[in-house]
Amino acid sequence: MMSVAVSFQDICKDFGPVRVLHGVSFDLAPGRVYGLLGENGAGKSTLMKILAGYESASYGQLVIDGKPQRFANSRGAEACGIILIHQEFNLAEHLTIAQNMFLGHEKRKGWLLDDAAMDSEAARYLQQVGLDVSPDTKVRELIVAEKQLVEIAKALSRKARFLIMDEPTATLTSAETHRLFSVMAQLKADGATILYISHKLDEVERNTDEVIVMRDGRFITREPTAGLTRQQMANLMVGRELSDMFPAKNVPAPDAPVLLKVEGLNVPGWSKDVSFEVRAGEILGFAGLVGAGRTESFEALLGLRPRAGGAIHLNGRPVDVRNPRQAMQNGMTYLSEDRKGKGLHVNLGLRENLTLLTMERYAHPWLDLKAEKQALGKAIDEFNIRTRDLDSKARMLSGGNQQKLALAKFLHSDPRVVILDEPTRGVDVGAKRDIYFLIHSLAAQGRAVIVISSELIELIGLCHRVAVMRAGTLQTTLGIEHLTEEELIAHATGTH
Amino acid sequence: MQPARTDSNTKGNGLLILLSTIKGMGPLLGLIALCIAGTLLNGDFASADNMMNVLTRTAFIGIIAVGMTFVIISGGIDLSVGSMAALIAGCMIYFMNKLAMGVGGVMLAPLTIVVLGICMAIVLGAVFGLVHGLLITKGNIEPFIVTLGTLGIFRAFLTYLADGGALTLDSTLADLYSPVYYATVLGTPFPIWIFLLVAVAGAVILNRTTFGRHVQAIGSNEQVSRYAAIRVDFVKLSTYMLLGICVGIATVLYVPRLGSATPTTGLLWELEAIAAVVVGGTALKGGEGRIIGTVIGAILLSVISNILNLTSIISVYLNAAVQGIVIIAVAFLQRGRK
Repeated sequence: MMSVAVSFQDICKDFGPVRVLHGVSFDLAPGRVYGLLGENGAGKSTLMKILAGYESASYGQLVIDGKPQRFANSRGAEACGIILIHQEFNLAEHLTIAQNMFLGHEKRKGWLLDDAAMDSEAARYLQQVGLDVSPDTKVRELIVAEKQLVEIAKALSRKARFLIMDEPTATLTSAETHRLFSVMAQLKADGATILYISHKLDEVERNTDEVIVMRDGRFITREPTAGLTRQQMANLMVGRELSDMFPAKNVPAPDAPVLLKVEGLNVPGWSKDVSFEVRAGEILGFAGLVGAGRTESFEALLGLRPRAGGAIHLNGRPVDVRNPRQAMQNGMTYLSEDRKGKGLHVNLGLRENLTLLTMERYAHPWLDLKAEKQALGKAIDEFNIRTRDLDSKARMLSGGNQQKLALAKFLHSDPRVVILDEPTRGVDVGAKRDIYFLIHSLAAQGRAVIVISSELIELIGLCHRVAVMRAGTLQTTLGIEHLTEEELIAHATGTH
Repeated sequence: MQPARTDSNTKGNGLLILLSTIKGMGPLLGLIALCIAGTLLNGDFASADNMMNVLTRTAFIGIIAVGMTFVIISGGIDLSVGSMAALIAGCMIYFMNKLAMGVGGVMLAPLTIVVLGICMAIVLGAVFGLVHGLLITKGNIEPFIVTLGTLGIFRAFLTYLADGGALTLDSTLADLYSPVYYATVLGTPFPIWIFLLVAVAGAVILNRTTFGRHVQAIGSNEQVSRYAAIRVDFVKLSTYMLLGICVGIATVLYVPRLGSATPTTGLLWELEAIAAVVVGGTALKGGEGRIIGTVIGAILLSVISNILNLTSIISVYLNAAVQGIVIIAVAFLQRGRK
């Protein structure tokens, strides 16, 4: 297998007025495994999309095997052997594995499809990645880990020489992860280059030859993996000593009132018998792998999904929360992890977004637009939201500022219990720090705060206690003295 | 803290505002251009009589289109409005004629009967809207399917009620009722006043009430709205009821015009109402729209049909074709708009 050398030369990328990549330059030699490190919003995914032909650079040059390239689409990149395996899979759920694998590259016999040839070739690649299912299985019948392997098999079928894997193990069990790593080793032995993006520093440490660090849309540094400790990697990603990112924790009084108590919460298909409580002034974290049922449990708590049993006490009183409105009336709000899909109306204005939960405050009965504007001005100062003008649409803000607006929106009703799902997803380091300090001050004001996060560094830096969920059950709740990455991962993966 | 706001470039901003204003004025400019063309083609077009005539005929569709604006902004659609108007007209005439024959031997005053008929029309519209809303929200069926079904059901029931012919209002009642369509106030026909009233009320509800804001939020992104503690089902259901009431009001104005309902009453009104909304700049996928745009859209469509009537360039039989072309052309221009 021929390998491919890649060189990024001063790559810039603008999305509208927002520049997400600022002149990134580095080279990748063939036949090595690289770890690309960076926090959410560092620009890793955008850079990889440019390499794989899903986006094009605004400025700068991409040089493949010594020749400048500008891919019009992913097919162009595929022709050079460069394939990106998405975090969200690119599979058509209603088609079979073989149909997906050959989508757009179908084998034909004259005018007709040659299903037999495609099935047998697909079976060969499935065997290579160690997936023991028939190629005519429909993709929707597969579990997430199997879809991941199908994506890799699909990449192999396209003669991948440069494979980009974006968080491939996020949804895998440890056995499946192990299988993936042996496939990667095999590919490397065959001469392929692999670029591996992961937040799991232990995996990066074990499987890569060299790490490249990006931060806030810039190339920061590259180092041989062997010369770095995990702590050093984390510091490089964040760009400062971690201790500087988080405010000092003030431990809530042990007799502070319990503001939210949940007993025996059952969410059909997602979680069983989840019980926990949060006190005033406390920040409770929720850790777990994707699919562990954290988001679903809290959506059910708010009445956004059906619950089968579970008692909820807010402020010491039992309440039956059937929808987010009732939750809000009882002093509890939930900010979704899915900012564009569930958190903000990106096509509406800032003012309309901010006051949406608390319209009745501004309707007498006609809406008081002036009061709304004042509230927006206040929120912009308070939450440090950067916007060019007050009348712009929410979509014109950068990720970090959108998130601050979403926080302002869900805090506008002055809730006593605040549930934040992935509050720093897709925001830059500066905005992250702002959000951490904001969360800290929410607790200091005597609110109960729940933070659901996939970033262990964040949970460890921010929380007083962390509940760990795995496969729909709450495994354990770790106190402040047990908050280490190793311990959290062990409970989340069941290898404790 | 750093200053959170940077001063915007006033000059660039002014230009942007001007551009967006011109864009928002599109329907109005189109209407003005059509009026100029109409005047050039036929001198009678610009006469006050003809103008009043056009506006009066616009009232039915215009009032329905105001209700339709809410439904479309919330992300829904109602294909049944023409059939609904026909059925309401039929029921109203049937009911009033029955009352005119006396209830249990007691004769009601004709005025009472007319008032009862009007009330019935509006209540019936609200009930039909409620049924649509319940099927769409609680039944979780696509609005397109629900209202496509009722489009057939409503018209079939009217045809059944009229026995395939016409339902004609009792002549005493018709005489008493006719001013609702034919009377003028301050020189302006009564239906135009009602149209104006409905439009103003619609604009205020859409832009200055919690309900209106929620309608826009749901159309912009239903999921986000659900997470933002909005009673999505209630708001959607209310938009269909609001539209039903508008159809009821339009029917109340329509019945005294001819005093009868036939299987062709309200035919293609759904096309005209939806066209008026779309021509007025409301995005068919919901989220944003303006009542004033809808009003201009409705007037624009009836000006087109009026010009076809007054001139012989295109046969008046092709009126619906011209409207169809207009709706497709406008949707074409809206492509790619977020």
